[in-house]
Amino acid sequence: MNSIVNYVAGILKGIYSLASGMVVTIKEFFTKKVTEQYPENRATLHIADRFRGELVMPHDENNEHACTACGICQMNCPNGTIQVISKMIEPIEEGGKPKKVLDTYIYDLGMCTFCNLCVITCPSDAIKFENTFENSLFTRSKLIETLNKEGSKLREKIK
Amino acid sequence: MFDFSTVTVWFDQLLRGAMPEFWALTIEFVLVGVLLLTLYAVLALILIYFERKICASFQCRIGPNRVGIWGVFQSIADMIKILLKEIIPINHTDKLLFYLAPFFVIAASFMTFGAIPFGKGLQAFDFNIGIFYLLAVSSLGVIGILLAGWSSNNKYSMIGAMRSGAQLISYELSAGLSMLTVVVLAGTMQLSELINNQHDTWYLFQGHISTAIAFVVYLIAGHAETNRGPFDLPEAESELTAGYHTEYSGIQFGFYYLAEYMNMFVIAAIATTVFLGGWMPFHITGLDGFNNVMDFIPSPIWFFAKAFALMFLSLWVRWTFPRLRIDQLLNLEWKYLLPINMVNLMLMVVLVLLGWTL
Repeated sequence: MNSIVNYVAGILKGIYSLASGMVVTIKEFFTKKVTEQYPENRATLHIADRFRGELVMPHDENNEHACTACGICQMNCPNGTIQVISKMIEPIEEGGKPKKVLDTYIYDLGMCTFCNLCVITCPSDAIKFENTFENSLFTRSKLIETLNKEGSKLREKIK
Repeated sequence: MFDFSTVTVWFDQLLRGAMPEFWALTIEFVLVGVLLLTLYAVLALILIYFERKICASFQCRIGPNRVGIWGVFQSIADMIKILLKEIIPINHTDKLLFYLAPFFVIAASFMTFGAIPFGKGLQAFDFNIGIFYLLAVSSLGVIGILLAGWSSNNKYSMIGAMRSGAQLISYELSAGLSMLTVVVLAGTMQLSELINNQHDTWYLFQGHISTAIAFVVYLIAGHAETNRGPFDLPEAESELTAGYHTEYSGIQFGFYYLAEYMNMFVIAAIATTVFLGGWMPFHITGLDGFNNVMDFIPSPIWFFAKAFALMFLSLWVRWTFPRLRIDQLLNLEWKYLLPINMVNLMLMVVLVLLGWTL
C-alpha cells in the first residue's frame, strides 16, 4: 500500500517540478534579449573602463611621460612583448652622473596576452590599458608599436 | 469551409477526359509525389529556422539575423552547405547497409506524409486503418537507425544505435496505446472519419479526463520516438560523439537531420489530427455566429497553426530539461507511462460504455 502511495506521490511531485521548470523558461522567452548587434550599435556602445584593450603610455600636455626605463615591465612580461630600449644622456649640470632615459618603448600588440602584469608592476604608473578594442590591421608588422611619442621626455619628479 | 476536393476532382476529370486512365493516374501519382516531397523539404527548412529562433529566445539571445531579413535565408544557406559537403567513404564498413540506412529513415518519415490530412480534401490517401498505418510506418525508422549503428564499424555507434533502438521500440508502445484510447472513443481508425467526428468538439474535450491523459502521454511518447529533447541520449554530441550517425557526413547526415525534424512535425500532425481536430476549426455548439467566423479561416491554416503550436511545446520542453540517462528513459516508459496508459485505456472504455463523454 505504501509503495502505491509513494508511486503516485512520485508522479505528482515529478509533474510539479517539470511544470515549474517550464514556467522559468517561458518567462525567459519573453524577456528582452541582451545580444549587442555590434557594428550597428557603435554609437551607443558602453565598454567598461577596466577592459584591457590596448596598452598606452599616457603623455600630458607638455608631451611628458612617466617611464624611467627601469625595464621591470619587460622583465615581468610572460612572452617578451615589451622591449625597453634605453640610452644614457650626459648630465645637465657639471659633476653629475650620466642618466639612463627611455629611448624607444617597443610594444607588440600581436603578441600581447593582455595579462596586465606590466601595468601592475610598473613602479612609476607609466603605462596603462585603454579600453579601445578596434585594433585589427591588415599588416602584421604594423602591430609592433612604439609607445613613447616623438620628442617626449620623462616628467621631472617634484622634490 | 473551402473543400479542396473540388479542385482535385476537377483536375482528375480533366486528365481522365484527355488521356487513357493509366496515364492520367500516373501523372497524378507523380504530381502528388512531387508536391509532397516539396512540402516535406520546405517544411523542414521552415522548421529548422523556427527552431533556431525559438531556442535562441529561450536562451536570451537572438537567433540567426544576418542572412536575409530576420535571418530567413539561413536554412537555405545551411541546406546548400550540407549538399556541398564531401561524403567520406569509410574503410571496412558494410557498404550496402551503410549507404542504405539513411534511406530507411527518410522513407519511413516520408511515408507518413501521405496519410496526413493537411486540409479539407487535402489528404493523399485515406485508409480505413489510417492510424494503424501511421504507427506501423513510423516504426520502420528503427531499422534505419540500427543499420546505421551496425554498419559504421564503430563500437560506440553500435552502442548508440542499440540505445536508440531500445528507446524507440519502448516508446512506440505508449504512443500506440494512447492512439488506441482515442480509437475506442471514436470507433474508427479512418483519419477523415476521425476529423469529421470532431466537428462539434475536439476529442480532447469530448473525452475530457481520459483524452487529456492520453494527449499528454502521446506527446511525451512521440517526443521520445523522434529522439528529441530530453530523450536525445543516442545522438547527443557529448555522448558517444554523435551516436549512430557519427560516421555519416554531408547529405547522409542531412537525411538524419531532416528526418528528425520531419518526425517531430509528423508527431505533432498526428496529435492534432487525433486530439485537436486536425483541420476542423474550433466550434462551440450553440454559438452559430462564432462558428461561422471560425469557418472563414481556411482549413490548412487551422491544421498548420495547431501543428506549430504543438511543435512550440516540443521545443519548449527540449530547451528546458536536462537529458535523461538511458536507464531513466526506459524506467519512464516501462514503469510509468505504460501502466498509466493501460489504466487510462480502461478508464476510456468505462467512460464510453457509460456514455459520460461529451
